[in-house]
Amino acid sequence: MTMLVEAQPQASVAPMASLQELHFEIERLNSEYARVLDSERFEEFPELFVEDCLYRVVPRENHLLGLPIAVIHCESKGMIKDRVNAARESTMAEPRTLRHFITNTRILESGDEVIRAEANVLVVQTMINRMTEIVLSGFYLDRIVRSGDRLRFKERLCIYDSLLLPTSLIAPV
Amino acid sequence: MDAITQLQSRTWPAEGAARVPFWVYSDQNVYGREQERIFSGPNWSYVALEAEIPNPYDFIRANIGDKPVVVTRDGNGSVNVFANHCAHRGVVFCRHARGNAQRFICPYHQWTYDSTGMLVAMPFRRGYKGKGGMDPEFKLQEHGAEALKVAVRNGVIFASFDFAVPPLEDFLGPKMLGYFDRVFDGRELEILGYMRQRIPCNWKFMFENIKDPYHASVLHVFLITFGLFRLDQRSAVEMDETGRHAALISRKGEQMINEATLEMANFREDLKLNDPRLIEPAREFPGDATVVMQTIFPNVIVQQQSNTLAMRQMVTRGPHAFDLNWTFFGFKDDTPELRQRRIRQANLMGPAGLVSVDDSEVLALSQEGAEVFPDTDAVLEMGGRSTADTDHMVTEAGVRAFYKHYMEVMGFDHAG
Repeated sequence: MTMLVEAQPQASVAPMASLQELHFEIERLNSEYARVLDSERFEEFPELFVEDCLYRVVPRENHLLGLPIAVIHCESKGMIKDRVNAARESTMAEPRTLRHFITNTRILESGDEVIRAEANVLVVQTMINRMTEIVLSGFYLDRIVRSGDRLRFKERLCIYDSLLLPTSLIAPV
Repeated sequence: MDAITQLQSRTWPAEGAARVPFWVYSDQNVYGREQERIFSGPNWSYVALEAEIPNPYDFIRANIGDKPVVVTRDGNGSVNVFANHCAHRGVVFCRHARGNAQRFICPYHQWTYDSTGMLVAMPFRRGYKGKGGMDPEFKLQEHGAEALKVAVRNGVIFASFDFAVPPLEDFLGPKMLGYFDRVFDGRELEILGYMRQRIPCNWKFMFENIKDPYHASVLHVFLITFGLFRLDQRSAVEMDETGRHAALISRKGEQMINEATLEMANFREDLKLNDPRLIEPAREFPGDATVVMQTIFPNVIVQQQSNTLAMRQMVTRGPHAFDLNWTFFGFKDDTPELRQRRIRQANLMGPAGLVSVDDSEVLALSQEGAEVFPDTDAVLEMGGRSTADTDHMVTEAGVRAFYKHYMEVMGFDHAG
């Protein structure tokens, strides 16, 4: 059983000043991620990932039991594009507004090639005739790389604690 | 009016199973009778897969209707199912979703059960210094957790509160047993993972949805567009003798335009996949059917959609909601490639499924409309009023057959 959630930050080779800078850069990436999804700029979403990537939304029980099934599983940027196209073009869903709250960013490892980081996430939705409700609460487990002039996700796992999702999850979270 | 009188005053429309009065989806008394006659009645409810409790003393929780049960493998390797309901004060004594335990100790007064649900110990049974304690006549063996009857077939565990339930094979009938054994052919299963969602609608809407192939060819853009399930493909709807179980059978086609797509407003010729691995199926079962969706009354749907296999277990949460618990599985002898296909194709299913989302959303809307119009009726006349098997999908025969059985079990006579 992998308990990556309990992983401790490793000693970094980077000096403190650049570590702070990196922390800020990751938070900016997460803010961008939230902005793109909350404003439904789905065409921009795949660009937050590199070509050869992995994006999964996983119930915590599967994560803890080491079971491979995810509610969203994209093993390429193409699959991420197909997922957001489906959310926009082929899904029948009640209209809703989603909002992501991404906090407690933590750098687990700042290697030369790949940065490992995590952050907490809370997603709420607002629909007609309903009070605003929680969609899920959980955390991201990321592998981030520098690509061009910015950071992008090589891998993003969204591991959610809320086992029972309310009705459905339409867009990526 | 008391509850019984109110229920007796309910009359089914004269058209019989070609109509469904909307009060069946919201009436608390109807719900109460369903719990008694259907979920606690002489029917086999799905509870778990054997692969979830492979070792002695493994256990997992499940529900039959709204009642919690514990499914265990005891020290002899046998499967047991008992109510998660302390014989003393009713406490739900097993608090973990799954695990391994030789004893279950109720947290309240520490009544202690073994892995078969037998009561084996309790504190202060003989009192303290000669005072108090249980009556000397009190027998532990008479106060176990309520045991259920258990049936296991090729790795799938069913249970019933009613010991008068017929054997599982008779309950399914030969046709439905054939479709069941098509997936569960005796090979060892591998659990691939879980998904869970709560849908604000009556459980019957979910069950009907998988007995109604008509909707699939109009609602599901993804299925229609990529030819995964369309009514212009060779297909069938089959039921058991009673009409309570059903199977929808289909064969994969192509993304093509013909006279049928003219009726499918949701067909999208322009949609293309960037990564078609998402829906690339590999043949793995005998015969040419690529989809078999089987509803086993009263609480499970066996999903075989291309290479994605899952048990969809329904847990009722009052008349207005139910939980849909998905257990995805494969086989121990799967190649790594096939296993990966199952993981990819699971994208179509579950609470975020590219196909299933449409259903979850429409089910919630169904309830929203049904519960505020209890005195009007749903019209089920696609394919006439027959409840017989069909060799096509332009029909609601499966839903009518279900309601024919439902009316009998629930004791609803129709007017006229």
